[in-house]
Amino acid sequence: MTAGVSIRAVTQRYGSALALDAVDLEIAAGEFVVLLGPSGCGKTTLLNIIGGFAEPTSGSVLIGGRDMAGVAPKDRPTTTVFQDYALFPHMTLAENVGFGLRMRGVSRAARDAKAEEMLALVGLEGRAARRPHELSGGQRQRVALARALAVEPDVLLLDEPLGALDLKLRRAMQDELKAIQRRVGTTFVHVTHDQEEAMAIADRIVVMNGGRIADVGPPRELYLRPKSLFSAGFMGEVNKVPVKGGAAAFGPVAVPDGVLCIRPEAISEGGRLRIGPCRVVETVFFGTYLRAHVAPLAAPDLRLVVHLPQGAEVAAGAVMDLGAQDFTVLEA
Amino acid sequence: MGWGLVAPALLWTAAFFVLPFAAMVALSFAHMEGREVVRGFDPGNYIRIFTDWTMLKALINSLEITVVVTVVSVVLAYPLAAIIAFRVPARWQRLALLLAVLPFWTSYVVRSYAWLLVLGQNGVVNKALLSLGLITEPLEIAATRTATVIGFVHFFVMLLTLTIYANLIQLSPNYARAAADLGAGRWQTFRHVILPLTLPGVVTGAFLTFVLCIGDYITPQILGGNAELTLPQLIMLQLGRSGNFPLASALSVVLMAVVTLAYFASSRWLRLDRV
Amino acid sequence: MRALSWAYLAVAYAFVFLPVVVLVAFSFQDGRLPVPPFQGFTLDWYGRVLGERDLMEALVNSALVAAVSSLIALILGFLAAHALARVRLPGSVLMRGVLIAPMTVSYLIIALGLLTLFNQAGVRLSLWTAGVGHVVINLPLCFAITYAAMGDQQRNAERAARDLGAPEWKVLALVSAPMLAAPLAAAFFLSVTFSWDEFIIAFLLTRFDVTLPVEIWSMLRSGISPATNAVGSLVFLVSVTLVILLEVFVFRRAK
Repeated sequence: MTAGVSIRAVTQRYGSALALDAVDLEIAAGEFVVLLGPSGCGKTTLLNIIGGFAEPTSGSVLIGGRDMAGVAPKDRPTTTVFQDYALFPHMTLAENVGFGLRMRGVSRAARDAKAEEMLALVGLEGRAARRPHELSGGQRQRVALARALAVEPDVLLLDEPLGALDLKLRRAMQDELKAIQRRVGTTFVHVTHDQEEAMAIADRIVVMNGGRIADVGPPRELYLRPKSLFSAGFMGEVNKVPVKGGAAAFGPVAVPDGVLCIRPEAISEGGRLRIGPCRVVETVFFGTYLRAHVAPLAAPDLRLVVHLPQGAEVAAGAVMDLGAQDFTVLEA
Repeated sequence: MGWGLVAPALLWTAAFFVLPFAAMVALSFAHMEGREVVRGFDPGNYIRIFTDWTMLKALINSLEITVVVTVVSVVLAYPLAAIIAFRVPARWQRLALLLAVLPFWTSYVVRSYAWLLVLGQNGVVNKALLSLGLITEPLEIAATRTATVIGFVHFFVMLLTLTIYANLIQLSPNYARAAADLGAGRWQTFRHVILPLTLPGVVTGAFLTFVLCIGDYITPQILGGNAELTLPQLIMLQLGRSGNFPLASALSVVLMAVVTLAYFASSRWLRLDRV
Repeated sequence: MRALSWAYLAVAYAFVFLPVVVLVAFSFQDGRLPVPPFQGFTLDWYGRVLGERDLMEALVNSALVAAVSSLIALILGFLAAHALARVRLPGSVLMRGVLIAPMTVSYLIIALGLLTLFNQAGVRLSLWTAGVGHVVINLPLCFAITYAAMGDQQRNAERAARDLGAPEWKVLALVSAPMLAAPLAAAFFLSVTFSWDEFIIAFLLTRFDVTLPVEIWSMLRSGISPATNAVGSLVFLVSVTLVILLEVFVFRRAK
């Protein structure tokens, strides 16, 4: 009950606006893929096209090798967990979860059994007779998941399913979502704008921007070796220093021309790429680290963000000799 | 898919609303020869309406009554709706509103009849005033324009109280709080905040009042007597006594034109799909 | 200010209830005229009215026309609202306008137009023709109420149902209609009360079988009588019962 998805040169135009610009993407069967990007980047449009809620202006979508052109949502091997859950308020949880099976002509007893099984999968056993309004936000989210999974889709589409939950609950649900995906083995395509969420759950992250794919890769690779300035910035904080002719603003560096990208936590007193002496401008204690703004003495107008160890006792005005342990150079 | 669902309603409206109206407009350009309708393009009916004083007077009567009724009803209903929305405790509001409009559910014909009993020569009002010694002769209220206006106002005050209340209760109390916070007095808050925010609702209610009032036959027929005619009474007279369908149609087109003018005058604020 | 408010409220209630109180009170008049002085209490007029065949037939006719025409108006209005709220059709603003339009036209004009049409088409006047007219006046109401009630929540639930494999008619029957149960019931009952009480269309478009308002109208022609008070009180009782049922079972539950 799983299938791969091929997205081939999919373009979506709304009037003169280009929502998706010739997007190509291969998703393997059983993979957990997260589409990540700011609002308006085209990630939800792409999800809607996979689900069949929108037809692309051009290009094609194949699921399990079958072309989905002109196939209605109800006939696709996909189901969706909607952002607002879209639970049917007038039905019990069992009726909600069993709805898809009912549409497929499954008998009431079999539906109820499956519903109970799915509710158990999401940790809501024994609540089949409840109605959606009796549940908390997190519980509704689980019902929506159970309902979408009950018909055993090949591909499950999740449209910012955790967006309405508070931060703590969201982090807890991420782990659960990942565990459930492992158990059912279905291909999950998940849309979010929260990069921490993406890293927590994805096998592979697709960073999107302006209707194009900016970067694709496993979380670790995307964070440490981003392939575009946009994804470098979107995946987390980054210091960007232009390099030209083997020299950066703070001095010579042995890297090719481009933009030197350094994560704040990669800068320390022992780093191998030397930045040189820097003056600390201000510090803020963040719990797990001390966040400092520093200015290299050689380039007093440049500001670098540095994460120093929790225990570092550094005051504004102090001078530290810093270097970068890890870095990437990208084309400007 | 969408077309299939919207088609039945559209076809019904086309067949039983648009088409009949077109047929009526066509008929308004016919004329009578004896008891026979002669079709053609004859503006005679319209010329007659605007030159024959009986007809013109009926149009003027209708307009005067309708404007007075609409204004008086809004002026009386607004405070009533506001008192229910802002003074009556929240848990009693629905009951207060339900009670205020309960007579709305009496039969329309019967309601006018009941006013006849109240306002008649031997009616409750006259008997009460006589026995209190406030008057010596019974007042002539029934069979006058005053009775028609009272009957109409009674009905439309209830209708407008409903619509205005619905608008007032939707307003966030924070609007009034913000206005008060910024130094506005009660009257200023009402004048500059509450009234503008409820204006679309008020205008929509007033427009419905106008449409229903100017086209109503029953109330003036029962309460107004025969001293003066309104447009709908004149139309019914043409249908009944002389069987002059073309003239009745032309009068209806004029009535429709008046309503259309009222529509455009108020269209800026009208919210008919949100009644 | 506060005292003035309560005084205004009291006067308003007195004005609103005055005709109803007089109507009901003098339906018990033990005398020939429903005006003061009150001559004693009797239920004779009710007995007489309930025994009158024409009146009881008219009552049944009215109920029938109201129920059937409201049902048709509700179904047509709901389907159209569903389509126009969901699917982006070319000219949907115009279509909304056309569907709402009868609301802005006097009943007299609608009646006269239909009379003209039926005369020309050679259609005999009957309860059916009056019912057609009542659908015309109630369709905009049903359309507007259900259209206004269709929010994002409905839209998303319908989308989810389609996603789970429901064909369009099942989406309508199992998701849209049940979710809109309260506004649909409200639209239906409002239509029923409007149709039940409607005079001019029923007057012009019926011939031998008539509805209750038309029958009451012909009673009025023979002058005032406590019998008319009794009929009026009975109709009021029925309407109020309906309104209270609606309030208790639909609006209370909808909250």
